[in-house]
Amino acid sequence: MKYLDEFNDPDLAATLFDQIRAVVTRPWAIMEVCGGQTHSIIRNGIDQLLPDEVELIHGPGCPVCVTPLETIDKALEIAARPNVIFCSFGDMLRVPGSHTDLFGVRSRGGDVRVVYSPIDAVAIAEDNPDKQVVFFAIGFETTAPGNAMVAFQARQRNLTNLSLLVSHVLVPPAIEAIASSPTSRVNGFLAAGHVCSVMGTTQYEPLVERYGVPIVVTGFEPLDVLDGIRRTVIQLENGEAYLENAYPRAVNAIGNSPAQAMLEDVFAVTDRKWRGIGMIPQSGWHLSERYADLNAETRFDVADMDVQESDLCRSGEVLQGMLKPNECPAFGKECTPRNPLGATMVSSEGACAAYYQYGRLESARTLPVVESGVARG
Amino acid sequence: MCLGVPGKVLDIRDERGTQMATVDFGGVTKDVCLAYTPEAQVGDYTLIHAGFAITMVDEESALKTLELFEELGLLEEELGIPSDVAIVDRGTAAGGARP
Repeated sequence: MKYLDEFNDPDLAATLFDQIRAVVTRPWAIMEVCGGQTHSIIRNGIDQLLPDEVELIHGPGCPVCVTPLETIDKALEIAARPNVIFCSFGDMLRVPGSHTDLFGVRSRGGDVRVVYSPIDAVAIAEDNPDKQVVFFAIGFETTAPGNAMVAFQARQRNLTNLSLLVSHVLVPPAIEAIASSPTSRVNGFLAAGHVCSVMGTTQYEPLVERYGVPIVVTGFEPLDVLDGIRRTVIQLENGEAYLENAYPRAVNAIGNSPAQAMLEDVFAVTDRKWRGIGMIPQSGWHLSERYADLNAETRFDVADMDVQESDLCRSGEVLQGMLKPNECPAFGKECTPRNPLGATMVSSEGACAAYYQYGRLESARTLPVVESGVARG
Repeated sequence: MCLGVPGKVLDIRDERGTQMATVDFGGVTKDVCLAYTPEAQVGDYTLIHAGFAITMVDEESALKTLELFEELGLLEEELGIPSDVAIVDRGTAAGGARP
């Protein structure tokens, strides 16, 4: 397929591996922030083919994984109510709440529907005027413009039976939380290409300056990922730190202006709790005041609830790059994609699921026990 | 979740004030919302995420990136050693914070 096959070329990949080997002289830890990149790296064995000096640390960029447990429990409660049609991306159905998941709600008679595009929820609301339709709006900046369109069309079409359960997360505050953590080993970041397609790249300049770390905007195909790593290693070896764009076919400095205008209208920045990580200030979006009447949390009056996380699950450490999935004692034993203890084993972009799917069942090394996390609170 | 797939716009239509399109992904077609890429024309490649075009695919940049990779390979062959830092393409730096 055009623009996919070319960036999977094995000969050019070999060239990029050679380039990285030629340049590297010291150990470097590079975090790929986005779960899509983690998936590409593990699927293609990129981490195993890199020189020993280059370690890839998997970041928290899997929105399914970091959606807070409280929000999952609210989704489960709303979805179980009579007269509700609960619409969600498919990835969310197996994410464990405190006691069940959306599949469980559906098996007990809840009307839970998987949508491919957020605007499918608008059509469902129009076709079912006697039902309350709720759309589970999660994701990073990439997904937000599509989710915002649901609110916009609900308003535009006077749909009184459509609301949104919103739990959006933002990449730059997460990078900041990691870069500023005293326990962080990360020397450079691969920023998430498609987030930057929407938001542009300028948001990352202050982070480069403040923390002195290279940030390289990186795509998702094997050659894209390798080029991101190559550029990061070159900066590190030269003692430099600047913002670089290794994905220019899909990213420019300013991003997508019509999408940003919609986001500005529909959403407002808020503090957000990340599952497994904790509260990160100003790291999420919720509905703006203009759209506050579409908030499913108030429409269904779901108050804060007592939540119960699995005792065995160490996904918080995995999400912060402090533990590789196969170093978790529950990995592949109590915790599998069929029976996940934590969200990182659910989504195909969760690091644990990627390790399981591609047979990384054994840990390559033994890690010391990690003591504290990033921005827990 | 942030997966984006390049697809070719086959037709464009207005659905109650929203630009929609049929987009071809190497033989599979899907309905896609073009509200955020109003400049897209039939025949263009757009990057699709969850039913929305989030950006145009810049063909010139794609070719330039591939040429850079080819060039790295050729230099490696000609010189017998992998070329290094000198040939990093600064042309695609994101601006601002670079030296």
